[in-house]
Amino acid sequence: MIIKRSCLIILSLLILDLHCFAQATAASDSQVGMHRKYINVYNWGEFMSNGSDGLLNVNLEFEKATGIHVNYSTFSSNEEMYAKLKSSNVVYDVIFPSDYMISKMISEKFLAKLNFENIPNFKNIFANFKNLEYDPQNLYSVPYLWGVVGIVYNKNLVQKPVKWFDALWDKDLAKNILMFMNSRDSFGIAQKKLGVSFNTKSKADILNAAEELRKQKKLVQAYVMDEIFDKMQSEEAAIAPYYSGDALVMMKNNPNLDFVIPLNGTNRFVDAACVPANSEKKGWAELYINFLCDPKIALNNALYSGYSTPNELAYTMLPERIKNNKVAYPEQDVLSKTECYVYNSKEINELIDSLWIDIMIADEDNNVWVMPAFIVVCMIALISTNVIRSRLKKVNSKI
Amino acid sequence: MKKLRILSLPYISWVCMFTIVPLLIVIFFAITTPSGEFTILNISNVGRYFSVIVKSILLASIATFISLIISYPFSYIISRVGGKTGKIAMMIIMLPMWMNFLLRTCAWMTILEKNGLLNKLLVYLNFSPVNIINTKIAVVIGMIYNYLPFMVLPLVSVMKKIEPSVIEAAQDLGSSGFSIFTKIIIPLTTPGVVSGVTMVFVPAVSTFIISRMLGGGGNLLIGDLIDMQFLGNSYNPHLGAAISLVLMVLILLCMSVMNQFECEDMEGKLV
Repeated sequence: MIIKRSCLIILSLLILDLHCFAQATAASDSQVGMHRKYINVYNWGEFMSNGSDGLLNVNLEFEKATGIHVNYSTFSSNEEMYAKLKSSNVVYDVIFPSDYMISKMISEKFLAKLNFENIPNFKNIFANFKNLEYDPQNLYSVPYLWGVVGIVYNKNLVQKPVKWFDALWDKDLAKNILMFMNSRDSFGIAQKKLGVSFNTKSKADILNAAEELRKQKKLVQAYVMDEIFDKMQSEEAAIAPYYSGDALVMMKNNPNLDFVIPLNGTNRFVDAACVPANSEKKGWAELYINFLCDPKIALNNALYSGYSTPNELAYTMLPERIKNNKVAYPEQDVLSKTECYVYNSKEINELIDSLWIDIMIADEDNNVWVMPAFIVVCMIALISTNVIRSRLKKVNSKI
Repeated sequence: MKKLRILSLPYISWVCMFTIVPLLIVIFFAITTPSGEFTILNISNVGRYFSVIVKSILLASIATFISLIISYPFSYIISRVGGKTGKIAMMIIMLPMWMNFLLRTCAWMTILEKNGLLNKLLVYLNFSPVNIINTKIAVVIGMIYNYLPFMVLPLVSVMKKIEPSVIEAAQDLGSSGFSIFTKIIIPLTTPGVVSGVTMVFVPAVSTFIISRMLGGGGNLLIGDLIDMQFLGNSYNPHLGAAISLVLMVLILLCMSVMNQFECEDMEGKLV
């Protein structure tokens, strides 16, 4: 029984996924009966206006306008979405991957080419958000929201001015630095510190970046993702890389915090609407994407999520204080230095990942006595069990 | 007999669907490439992470050992008290289990943090603050806290079965307190110890969220590694499955050693 239990614990990841798929299919099946017309939409959490704070409920508005019901579900990382799409039998009609994931999915023929005649509102998108690196001819994706990675820091705890990514390597801030628990983001920051492109194909650059990260590990308090939000707000740490949209919320909650876009140039991430190749409702999906490019809808989504909109008409409709906010809408010369992630080749990706795991498992504070002590304890345990066993046997034979 | 067989059908199909089939899927993934060809490279690659496996086993055994030390006298007291007080004591032990696992671990973050409750208390009492969060100590504390009830429960249930008359008889025959403990109580409670140890050790060795939340990401355990293979940037379920397989074999090995020990004792008890 205990053996099975242990197996179950180890397998819970797999099984959990199976459960999720089963539920998702069940949900979409039950919807078929109620609404004859529906599409499945898979988006980031907290990324679409749901009718709170006096904003529009986008999915409801779409149903009112077209009579097509939206089955809406959310994910929390690109990898989660990719794993689910790859192994599940649920067909999604509209998904919102980020830049590098889009180029990966294009290269794997996962995405359908969009018919832009059905998306006339695409003209509302800023010209510099069309034909981006991940989709050079702009055949597969329509930008939805964007932001940049910058540095959040506490003005009271950081004395020196923060201008470059090098601030995350500052020895004076030892054990007060947070870092991303994600190989791509962390390597990206180290590469930018060295003045190398995020999408470098040179192994030497990547090895150098790994060396930087190894040096940094001694100074880092913790490797986290979304926890940065809480830890920076409660002043548990002094400095961390983070995303612009959330940084605005953090600065509002804790006025000691500030956000800078490093002069090294940084990552501009774009989440775009795409249609998976196996969708059978491409026409409706395009209708939905077109609806999202409507200025009023795009405005609502931008206000709700806190991220920046690539929609020119929506941008002009924003309140002045957001429009002029240098965090949400940086100046052109800052923006021109930013770079999108493109999907790395399998080889580079594996190199980055194995280097990252090596950095993570390396033990800086490894005590030389830990291993010997462990072995001694094991041996004592072994001897004592044998002694007890032989003793018990003796007792038995006496009886 | 036939009726029993029919009655057991749902359970057999349950075990097949949720234990045996997933197990076979893990084995299949561990020995194939993404294109479905046979390979042993996945399993040989696990060797690179040997140090993590050792660290996980080390931390899990420390946590198990400390849990045993804490729960043994505690369970003995509960089993001897009995009645209402015993019930209330058991209830208090079980109370945290009614809360979500993540929440309990999250609470420890608030306690151990740099500006956390513990350090605030220490500063208030004029001691120097300690740095526990994001170290291995925090991971071990998290393991002990979360899995302690699994050690207490089996111990209490075996200890309750020890008849007071057995101990009285030993006292009548002139046994000292120490020899009562080593010759009667320890052998009689061994089955409880064995099942308690496995129930703490197995989840502790494969945990990933405790080390992620309390270890600060720099103290990766084997569970984190598996998690990274499935939900991380690399997305390599084949390597993840291979690591799981190796871990399973190691746990099975540990448990078979433990079980052997238990069987011998059972014989000793029966004679």
